[in-house]
Amino acid sequence: MSEHKLNLKLMIWKQSGPDVKGKFQEYKVSVSPDSSFLEILDDLNDSLERSNKEPVTFESDCREGICGTCGLVINGLPHGPLSRIATCQLHMRHFKDGDTVYVEPFRANTFPVIKDLMVDRSALDRIMHAGGFISINTGGVPDANEIPIPKEISSFAFDAAACIGCGACVAACKNSSAMLFVSAKVSQFALLPQGQPERYQRVEKMIKVMDEEGFGACSNTYACEAECPKGISVKNIARLNREYIKAKVKSHNLD
Amino acid sequence: MVRLDSKVPEGNIAEKWTNHKFNMKLVNPANKRKFSVIVVGSGLAGASAAATLAELGYKVKVITYHDSPRRAHSIAAQGGINAAKNYQNDGDSVYRLFYDTVKGGDFRAREANVHRLAEVSNNIIDQCVAQGVPFARDYGGLLDNRSFGGAQVSRTFYARGQTGQQLLLGAYSALSRQIGKGAVESLTRREMLDVVVVDGVASGVVVRNMITGEIERHSAHAVVLATGGYSNVFFLSTNAMMCNTTSIWRAHRKGAFFGNPCFTQIHPTCLPLHGENQSKLTLMSESLRNDGRIWVSSKVADMRNPNDIPENERDYYLERKYPSFGNLSPRDISSRSAKEVVDEGRGARGTESVYLDFSDSIKRLGKNVIEERYGNLFEIYETITGENPYSVPMRIYPAPHYTMGGLWVDYNLMSSVPGLFVLGEANFSDHGANRLGASALMQGLADGYFVIPYTIGNYFAGEKPALIGTDHAEYNNTVSEVQDRIKQLLSIKGGKTVDEFHKKLGRIMWNKVGMARNKKGLEEGIGEIRELRSEFYKDVNVVGSGEGVNQCLERAGRVIDYLELGELMAVDALAREESCGAHFREEYQTEEGEALRNDEEFAFVSAWEFKEDGKWDLHKENLKYEYVKFATRSYK
Ligand SMILES: Cc1cc2nc3c(=O)[nH]c(=O)nc-3n(C[C@H](O)[C@H](O)[C@H](O)COP(=O)(O)OP(=O)(O)OC[C@H]3O[C@@H](n4cnc5c(N)ncnc54)[C@H](O)[C@@H]3O)c2cc1C
Ligand code: SF4
Repeated sequence: MSEHKLNLKLMIWKQSGPDVKGKFQEYKVSVSPDSSFLEILDDLNDSLERSNKEPVTFESDCREGICGTCGLVINGLPHGPLSRIATCQLHMRHFKDGDTVYVEPFRANTFPVIKDLMVDRSALDRIMHAGGFISINTGGVPDANEIPIPKEISSFAFDAAACIGCGACVAACKNSSAMLFVSAKVSQFALLPQGQPERYQRVEKMIKVMDEEGFGACSNTYACEAECPKGISVKNIARLNREYIKAKVKSHNLD
Repeated sequence: MVRLDSKVPEGNIAEKWTNHKFNMKLVNPANKRKFSVIVVGSGLAGASAAATLAELGYKVKVITYHDSPRRAHSIAAQGGINAAKNYQNDGDSVYRLFYDTVKGGDFRAREANVHRLAEVSNNIIDQCVAQGVPFARDYGGLLDNRSFGGAQVSRTFYARGQTGQQLLLGAYSALSRQIGKGAVESLTRREMLDVVVVDGVASGVVVRNMITGEIERHSAHAVVLATGGYSNVFFLSTNAMMCNTTSIWRAHRKGAFFGNPCFTQIHPTCLPLHGENQSKLTLMSESLRNDGRIWVSSKVADMRNPNDIPENERDYYLERKYPSFGNLSPRDISSRSAKEVVDEGRGARGTESVYLDFSDSIKRLGKNVIEERYGNLFEIYETITGENPYSVPMRIYPAPHYTMGGLWVDYNLMSSVPGLFVLGEANFSDHGANRLGASALMQGLADGYFVIPYTIGNYFAGEKPALIGTDHAEYNNTVSEVQDRIKQLLSIKGGKTVDEFHKKLGRIMWNKVGMARNKKGLEEGIGEIRELRSEFYKDVNVVGSGEGVNQCLERAGRVIDYLELGELMAVDALAREESCGAHFREEYQTEEGEALRNDEEFAFVSAWEFKEDGKWDLHKENLKYEYVKFATRSYK
C-alpha cells in the first residue's frame, strides 16, 4: 500500500441531456495510487454530494472487466491508456502527480449521450435481437456429448465469445463501425456445429440491422482491436466479410 | 397463524418431480398467449425464465435496471457449474449430487428441492451446449470437467474463468431471439420499486424509469422476481455495484416471507481492502489454495516485510488447526480462521489480510509450473495491487459473496404471496446454510429453464388469476407510496452522503452479523442499525430531483432497504441459537471450536413475516431428512 497521493486535474465531460451541448468541467482531486479510476470518480462524487453539488453521472457494475457496463474515453482512448482492460480495471498508479486527465463518454452517432458520461448503447442489443442466437427452444436438445467439437475449434469460438458488448470498438473507430462486435458473435456461431443451420441467414440479418442502426463501414484501421478490452481479433472481421459474401450466394433470405 | 405449506409432493424422492410434472395442470397452447408474466431480473434465472416462458407462448415482459439484459451480475461468475453427468465415470450420479448438496448445506435445505435440482442439472448442460456455449473440451472433442470445493467427483463444467459470462450470454441469446420476435418486451433501465398486491394476489409491479424518472405501472397474471442476492448489505462484497435487495425487500413488506435471512456466505480468498474509498472486493479463485500456504506472523502488529519474517515466527494457522485439510479447509472455516488471527492483531503488516504464499511451491515445482497453473490470476492480482506475487506473498481476506437466504418459496417456487414467484439467488431454496461452489449457476438455470415453466402453468390453470387494470385503486396506492418515498428521500437534505451510511451499515454488519456472531454483538448490532436508520432519515443528502437520471437517488433507495434488511438478518441470527453452515454462533461450538448444530430444535427454515418497521413474526417450516441422515462435518 502506498502512502503518497497523486494530485490530478480531471477534465470531465458534463452534458445534462442528449440534445444539450456539453462541455468539459475541471475538478481537482488528490488520490491514492492504489485506487481504481472509478473509485476516484466515486470519491469525487462523494465530495460533490457533500457540498450539495450534482455528482458526475457514469456507469459501472461488476468492476471486474466482464459486464461491459463501464466505458469511458480517458485521454482520448476508450477504456484508457492501458491495453486489454476495461475502464474499471484501470488503476491510478499508471498516472503521474500533476497529470491532467480528460474523461469523456464513448462517442458515436449510434451511442447518444444520455447524461454526462452515460450513453445509450441499445443499438448493439438490437443487432443481437436480429440474429445473435441459435434458434432452439428449451428442452428437446441432444445430450451435450453427442456434439463433439474439436478442442481447438471450441477454443477459437471461445475467443470470439469473450466479447463483453462494451462498444469500445465502435467508439475507437472513426466510422463508428460495429464490425468487431458483430464479427465476434458471427464467428462464434460460424465456427461451431450448432451454428451451422442458420449460418448464412444470421450474418445477413445482423448486418442488415447493423446498417439500419447507422453504424459505419470498416476501413481496416484496426483501431477497434487495439482498444478492445477482450482482445477480440480483427481476423473475425475478415471472417465476417467472407461469411457475408457466401451468404449472399447461399442464403434464402428473401429480402 | 399462517401455516407454511411447502407443497412438496408425496412419494419417493426420485419420483416426486416426475409425478408432480404429471399431476400439474396444463394450460392449452392456444390459451397461453392469454396469460402474461412479468419477469424482474435478467440474470441466469430471469433470462432463462423469460425466454422459456415466451417460447411456450406466454406474453412476457422482462424488467432490469441494466442498459442491456446481458449485464446482469451472473456475468461475473468464474469457476463453473455443477451437473451430475458422470462423464468422467468417477461414480457421480443424481443421487450423489443431491447428497453432497444437502450435506454441504449443513442440513438446512429442503430435500425434495435439492433432488429436483440434481435431476435437472444434466438438462442444463445439454441446453447450454445446444445454444453454443463454448464449455471447455478435451482433445477428443468431448466436454471437460474439474473438481470443485470438497466434492470427491469431477462434476464441474466450465468455460475458462468466465463460466457465468458464457452461460448468461447463452440465456441472453435465447432471450434476444424472443425479443426479436416480439414475444418478450424488454424494459431496460427500469428499477422495480414495489409489487402491487390486489386482494392478496400479486398482480404487477411499479418501476422507476431511470432515464425519465417516470413512475410506471406494469400488470400481469403473475410476477416472477429473479433479482439476485443481497451481499451488498455489507457494502464491500464480491457482488456488482448495483446489486440490491429492493425488489425482494419491498415484496417482503407486501407479505412475502423472508427465508433464513442470516445465511450469508463469506468467501475466503478475495483481494483485501486497499483503503477507505474501496468500492468492492474482487474474488480470487479458490483454486489458489491448492498450492499456496496461508499464514500470518505469530507476533502482534508485525510490520516487517513478509519475506523478512523467519520461518519460526510464522503461523500457518490452517495447517496447525486442521492438519488433514490444512489450506483446503472449507470456505466457512478458512474465512473464520482468517478473521480470528486478524482480530488478534496479527494481520499481514497490521492490515486486515493474511498471506497466501507460493514460495514453497515455486521452490518445489518451479516458477513455470506455478505460472502455468495460476498465471492469469497472478496477473489480475498484480494489475489490482501492483505487487508481484511470485516474489512477495499475496495478501487475501474473506469477503461476503453469496446469500443463501432470500424470499421463502414453496416447491413450485411461489412465495407466500400467491402469483409472486421467486427464482435464483433471490429465493432461499436449495442451498440450506451453506452453498457449495458451482451450485448457484446450476440453481439459477434450473429454476428458469426447467422449473418455473411447469409450475407457473399449474398456477394459471388452477387459480385462473385475473389481469388487473393498472388504473385499479391498489396501483394508485402503490404509486403514491413509491412517490412519497422518493419525495421523502429528496427532502431530507442533511449533511451526510448515501455512501457514508452504506459504509457504516457495512461495518456494523461485518463486525456484528458477519462470520462469527454472538448474542451480545447481535443485540448491539440491532440497536446500531436502528440508530443508523433513524440518522439516515434525518441526515442524508440525496442530491438532485426525482426527474431524469439521478444515480444518487437510486443508491439512496437501495441503502434504505438494506438498512431494514440488515436488522432482520441480525434478528434471524439471534433467533437461531445454533451454529450451522455459514452461520456461526460463538456460544454454540464444540470444544475444538467447530460449529455445533442443534437438529432437535433448529432443523427448520425461518420464514419471517413482516408486521411493521422493526417487527416480524417467525414461522417455521420443519425440515425432514428422510434420505440423507444427519451427520456432523469434520475437517480435522
Ligand atoms: C464474483 C462471483 C463469482 C461467482 N462464481 C460462481 C461460480 O463459479 N459458480 C456458481 O455456481 N456461482 C458463482 N457465483 C454466484 C452466482 O454468480 C450467482 O448466485 C448467480 O449468478 C445469481 O443469478 P441470478 O439470476 O439469481 O441473479 P443475478 O445474476 O444477480 O441477476 C439479478 C438481476 O435482477 C435485476 N434486478 C435486481 N433488482 C432489480 C430491481 N429492483 N429492478 C429491476 N431489476 C432488478 C438485475 O438487473 C439483474 O438483471 C459467483 C458470484 C460472484 C459474485
Ligand atoms: S468487440 Fe471488444 S470492444 Fe467491441 S464490444 Fe466486444 S469487447 Fe467491447
